[in-house]
Amino acid sequence: MNKPVRTVSIFCLLLFLALMINATYVMYWKAGALNDDPRNRRVIQAAYSQERGAILVGRTPVAQSVKSNDKYLFQRTYPKPLMYAPITGYFSYYGATAVEQTQNGILSGDDPRLFVTNTVDLLSSKPPKGGNVTLTINAAAQQAAFDGLKALGANPQGGVVALEHNTGKTLAMVSLPTYDPNALASHDLGAVAEKSKQLNADPTQPLLNRGSQVRLPPGSTFKVVTAAAAIDKGLYTADSQVPGGSTYQLPLTRGETGLIDNEGRDCGANGTKIPFAQAMENSCNTSFAQIAGEVGAEDMAKTAEGFGFNQQYFTDILPQATSEFPTDIDKAQLGQTGFGQFDVSATPLQMAMVAAGLGNGGKVMKPYLVDEQQSADYNVLDKTDPEELSQAVSAGTASEVTKLMVSTVANGTASPAAIPGIDVAGKTGTAQTGQTDRSPYAWFISYAPAENPVVAVAVMIQNADIPRSEIAGGLLGGPIAKAVMEAVIK
Amino acid sequence: MAQPSAIMGFVHRRRRGAELFLLVLALVVGIGAYAAVGLGVDGAVPADLFGYGAWLAGLTIVAHLVIRFVAPYADPVLLPIVVALNGLGLAVIHRIDLAREAQDKFHGFAQQQLTWMTLGVILFVATLLIIRDHRVLQRFTYTSGLAAIVLLLLPLLPGIGRTIYGARIWIHVGPFSLQPGEVAKVLLVIAVAGYLVPHRDALALAGRRVLFVDLPRGRDLGPILVMWLVSLGILVFQRDLGSSLLFFGLFLIMLYVATERPGWLVVGGLLFIGGAFLAYMLFGHVRERFDIWLHPFDFYASGESFQPVEARFGMGWGGLIGRGFGNGDPNRVPFAESDFIISSIGEELGLTAVMAVLMMYGLIVERALRTAVICRDAFGKLVATGLGSAIALQVFVVVGGVTGLIPLTGLTTPFLSYGGSSLIANWVIIALLLRISDQARRPAPMISDDTAAISDDATQIVRIGDLR
Repeated sequence: MNKPVRTVSIFCLLLFLALMINATYVMYWKAGALNDDPRNRRVIQAAYSQERGAILVGRTPVAQSVKSNDKYLFQRTYPKPLMYAPITGYFSYYGATAVEQTQNGILSGDDPRLFVTNTVDLLSSKPPKGGNVTLTINAAAQQAAFDGLKALGANPQGGVVALEHNTGKTLAMVSLPTYDPNALASHDLGAVAEKSKQLNADPTQPLLNRGSQVRLPPGSTFKVVTAAAAIDKGLYTADSQVPGGSTYQLPLTRGETGLIDNEGRDCGANGTKIPFAQAMENSCNTSFAQIAGEVGAEDMAKTAEGFGFNQQYFTDILPQATSEFPTDIDKAQLGQTGFGQFDVSATPLQMAMVAAGLGNGGKVMKPYLVDEQQSADYNVLDKTDPEELSQAVSAGTASEVTKLMVSTVANGTASPAAIPGIDVAGKTGTAQTGQTDRSPYAWFISYAPAENPVVAVAVMIQNADIPRSEIAGGLLGGPIAKAVMEAVIK
Repeated sequence: MAQPSAIMGFVHRRRRGAELFLLVLALVVGIGAYAAVGLGVDGAVPADLFGYGAWLAGLTIVAHLVIRFVAPYADPVLLPIVVALNGLGLAVIHRIDLAREAQDKFHGFAQQQLTWMTLGVILFVATLLIIRDHRVLQRFTYTSGLAAIVLLLLPLLPGIGRTIYGARIWIHVGPFSLQPGEVAKVLLVIAVAGYLVPHRDALALAGRRVLFVDLPRGRDLGPILVMWLVSLGILVFQRDLGSSLLFFGLFLIMLYVATERPGWLVVGGLLFIGGAFLAYMLFGHVRERFDIWLHPFDFYASGESFQPVEARFGMGWGGLIGRGFGNGDPNRVPFAESDFIISSIGEELGLTAVMAVLMMYGLIVERALRTAVICRDAFGKLVATGLGSAIALQVFVVVGGVTGLIPLTGLTTPFLSYGGSSLIANWVIIALLLRISDQARRPAPMISDDTAAISDDATQIVRIGDLR
């Protein structure tokens, strides 16, 4: 009987070999794929149970992990939830957004630069600890922007972005409506799923950061880009006379649809010339439509793209909405782009970059939000270096445009942003929504002090009780921009 | 005559010292794992480590001493492997307990398992003490066959039988619940071996040759058909694919070994494939199992494949060296302490430990089959082969099911899984294997022993070797 016993033993050997090969397949070859499976709760839970680093504004945490007495060990909390939610995003069992997402490597402790500290932790059997991230946000400016936007009414929708002109640091970034990330970071997963569903279904889209994720027609604020393009091309200086007119029939059009006006503001008679300053102060659509035509589609696009249009440049909150300046346009459309209509669209961040670039001698800096990455014990691992995005226009051009914008605040539609004793450069904007039952979007961009700026602001009000007139942008946006600038200058 | 006498003169050494050394290693595994669980989960060595270790060591020493006295030539590797597996299983079950405690669920599995282990060792000792020669078991061929059938049928009886998670393989008597199939497994091996020994010639020699394969006679197909029906009955009425596969496979292997005719394997294999195909066509739950096996991830959302997929995730999460005790989440898998204990081990101790565990099972099987090869009597050979293959098949069915090699079936992992019936039955299996190996490894009976009664006669038989 020994021969069959030997056969049986070979059979058993094959059984065990099959088991071993299969175990190796599952636990080694397939391990990566299994860990990447979005349904794999272990991976998510491991991330969720880590002591995540803090997100700091100055030394104050706006997101931090505190010990909790449940199986997840740590609870993510947001001390100033509503004001900072668009920046920090949320860290929930189901995912993360904004800085919580883009800085996840540092915050979770997975970043290889944290490895040395963590290996020591590993040997001393301490749980892994994430590093901290400091933001470029100026707390006072952020507060001023938040308060100003919130004061607009019951449920205002809008965004404010303030940039440091010569570095690209984001000093303030506010978006309304907002949400409470604490509710999404809760360990009561049922409630989180419910809340998440509700926020996603909300037509006002509170989860979007209106600073960089929503683009709208910038309206008259785009006139500074048109002016910069024209001056840079050598067509005009700040002291030149530009074409005026109470109405202007766009090329290639006839009748009401192609006829633009200035809603009653004084822009001279048809066929006359007016000072460039007057055209800017009174936000003359007729003038800028003609100037855009003189500049030409190609150079308009070149200048707009110099400021950042049609580009991706902001990596700290994803995805970034790409501000658009249309290409392949005819002459009528070109005229409309001159005052920020047709298919021109911009995020508040983009318009803040326009203001900052003009205040910085035409040099546009790459905007950023994360200043430093630190280890858990606050050793600096990396500090973001300011990076030039492009030289949009020459320094001379920038200075000429600044003159125009200063007089717009001093004598024109942007007067609500005036700060006593300081020259402020600013421009209002009110863009048509294209829907008769909706109020227009109000815009305001400014920087101060005009000759040697420290801050550039863009305010966008998407929906509030806005009167349908050009002054709306100045009336509503001006005071907010002023408050933010004052907060930084102080 | 130098050559043959040198071969005949080969004597197995007792190797009890080696066994003791291996037992110390095994205890290091078991007690060390228990300490590691405490360190990993609570950050401190368990307070009862000393008492626990002493208890485990005590059981081990008792088992060792009994072997030393009543089965001195027994295989020295079996007991240490079993102690290591049992100790590792206890530690992993304890780890699951700690996770369950945090969730306010029942968390006394390890305590109960230790009780079962104690009972297992007692029965192990009793088996070795009572059965001094395994051949006496041959007398109980039909008794144990009948007992096995009765035990298998018990769960079907109303009143004491219970259906738990779809399988009707449990009986409840008072506070105790029992999986009689585990005990029936041992009895069945004895019964089949006892039946085959006298009938093997008839089964082996008669028959005709078809396509190079010797097929058995029609009338000899009787027992195999009975076994096939029993297996199918288990499958259909108790919905226990694992046991069904185990019993039938076990029977086929023993039949093949007894008759030395591969024809039986062909017949049995065809019957199994046919039966499995019929079951697939006829029974929804079998079909469902099969589909889940082929596409586990498609059934995750509906919850039907939650258990195998979570086990797969856990094993992938463990990777090569595992997460370490306390750093995984094995408790996500339902029955992580019993049927799915191998995925718990994989998650926290990694592929390395899974390989080590498989290797230990492989060694048990190897020692059992080696015993069968050197055993001198047909009955002992068959029982050792049966018990060894039972462990091999059971490990294959359960580990293969958990790792997705074959469709998932409910069976316990021998010595590791929580479960009294299984643990006790397996300790008895090891006792039987040790008994057979003791007989087999014992020096060839001194002819003078056999002839003690006649040694006074004029004719005296002496060993040739002694004369030189």
